[in-house]
Amino acid sequence: MTLLQTRKLSAFYGDFQALFDIEVSVDQGETIAVIGANGAGKTTFLRAVSGALPSARDAVLFDGEPIGDKSAHEIVHLGIAMVPEGRRLFPSLSVEENLLLGTHSDRTGPWTLKRVYDLFPRIYELRHLPSTALSGGQQQMTAVGRALMSNPRLLLCDELSLGLAPVVIRDIYACLGMIVAEGTTVVIVEQDINRALDASSRFYCFQEGHLALTAPTTGFDRASITAAYFGL
Amino acid sequence: MDWINILIQGGLLGGFYALFAIGLSMSFGIMRLVNIAHGDLIVLAAYVGLVVTERTGLDPFLSMILVAPIMFALGYVLQRGLLNQTLTGGLLPPLLVTFGISIIIQNGLLEVFGAYDHRLEEGAIETASLHLPGGLSIGVFPLVVFAVAVLSIASLQLLFYRTRLGRAFRAVSDDADTAELMGIDNRKLYAYALGIAMVFTAIAGVLFGIRTIFAPSAGPIRLILAFEAVIIGGLGNMWGTLIGGIVLGLAQAIGAALDPNWQILAGHLAFLAILIVRPNGLFPRTRD
Repeated sequence: MTLLQTRKLSAFYGDFQALFDIEVSVDQGETIAVIGANGAGKTTFLRAVSGALPSARDAVLFDGEPIGDKSAHEIVHLGIAMVPEGRRLFPSLSVEENLLLGTHSDRTGPWTLKRVYDLFPRIYELRHLPSTALSGGQQQMTAVGRALMSNPRLLLCDELSLGLAPVVIRDIYACLGMIVAEGTTVVIVEQDINRALDASSRFYCFQEGHLALTAPTTGFDRASITAAYFGL
Repeated sequence: MDWINILIQGGLLGGFYALFAIGLSMSFGIMRLVNIAHGDLIVLAAYVGLVVTERTGLDPFLSMILVAPIMFALGYVLQRGLLNQTLTGGLLPPLLVTFGISIIIQNGLLEVFGAYDHRLEEGAIETASLHLPGGLSIGVFPLVVFAVAVLSIASLQLLFYRTRLGRAFRAVSDDADTAELMGIDNRKLYAYALGIAMVFTAIAGVLFGIRTIFAPSAGPIRLILAFEAVIIGGLGNMWGTLIGGIVLGLAQAIGAALDPNWQILAGHLAFLAILIVRPNGLFPRTRD
């Protein structure tokens, strides 16, 4: 069953067109990767799906319903949660308060404060600290936990590995596996191609706002990905 | 003993200025709204108190039971219907719109109530005072006002740090776009914020009406006092706002003791001095 589908999705920053007729479809329970160079439109794609950037009503379908014209907070209530690029934790809030903010979507499901702490035990010990006191990896875990607290059907992850040490990245992607096992559908946006392809079953490669290539990740020739990535 | 008396009166006066400032501090802290109409809204609340006491025969203190919800509703509607539309276009639109609201309130009050001075009669408490050993005497009403200011700020702190709504207020203040991505309806939240700010404006307005005579033109000077208290204390810090009010009250009391003509001037000078030494105020908290 298709959970997310975009149909001729275009997005603009003022007069500048950042996305051109993007067609993406994600099945329930699937993990897909969106890859591409800087400025390819990956983050813009996530912003359009999450409602942070307006798009045409029928350009984004979630569970068969058009949501392109809905605002960001309405879309969270429908079950799409975002882990934003650069974490964007709330500096005035403690770690636990940041997590609790995810409950403002009023959605119930498998993810509770306890389950998130089970997934990230280190965060539990730090829960009363201000979020700014955490290391980059711990902040990223908090950001993922905060998104999970809204019990999303679709989780959008923007650059999970940004600025993190390889060993921390490995930990976070291991946790992502457990989230997927819970039945959550995941869209990963990454510049780290190998990491993204390892974690997903299919990928979409964007190039300058256009969809350059889409294919299953297994048994695929990485040379042609490189070609699509750089537009060679 | 005279000086101790002066300092006590000044400090208590500071509680009054802090009450003026709470609503302003809150709307700036949460939605970065510089509300030029704030002083006129205080005066409007005093007039609402006047109408309520005249129509119902309630005593002014009790009239707050009606004035507060009326002002809450006004704040909610004002934010939802008008001010929310001004928040995306930079700093200027909210300034211009609230300036316009200020003019509308002043002239509306002038039209309905005339230019005469009014006041709210509370009776004996207005002039009652406590006589302490050592020749000190403290007015009961200023003491009540100060206690109300402290209680108001304490209850707001509880709201901010102990409730779900308060958590959302702090999150939106930090980063409104990300809060929206967490499922918070910022526009609705802003409406609640101005509504709650107006509850404290209502309290300030009624107490203002009891303390002194008021006329439709009384707003702008309340706005300046409130601004100074907020800035001295540091943006976004409610207890700082109380300290800011006290600094202002003390400066005025000391100035008045030296020469009655210097009272207002001394407050402004203290404000300017602090602005030079600590441009962000004494205890800034709001992040930009």
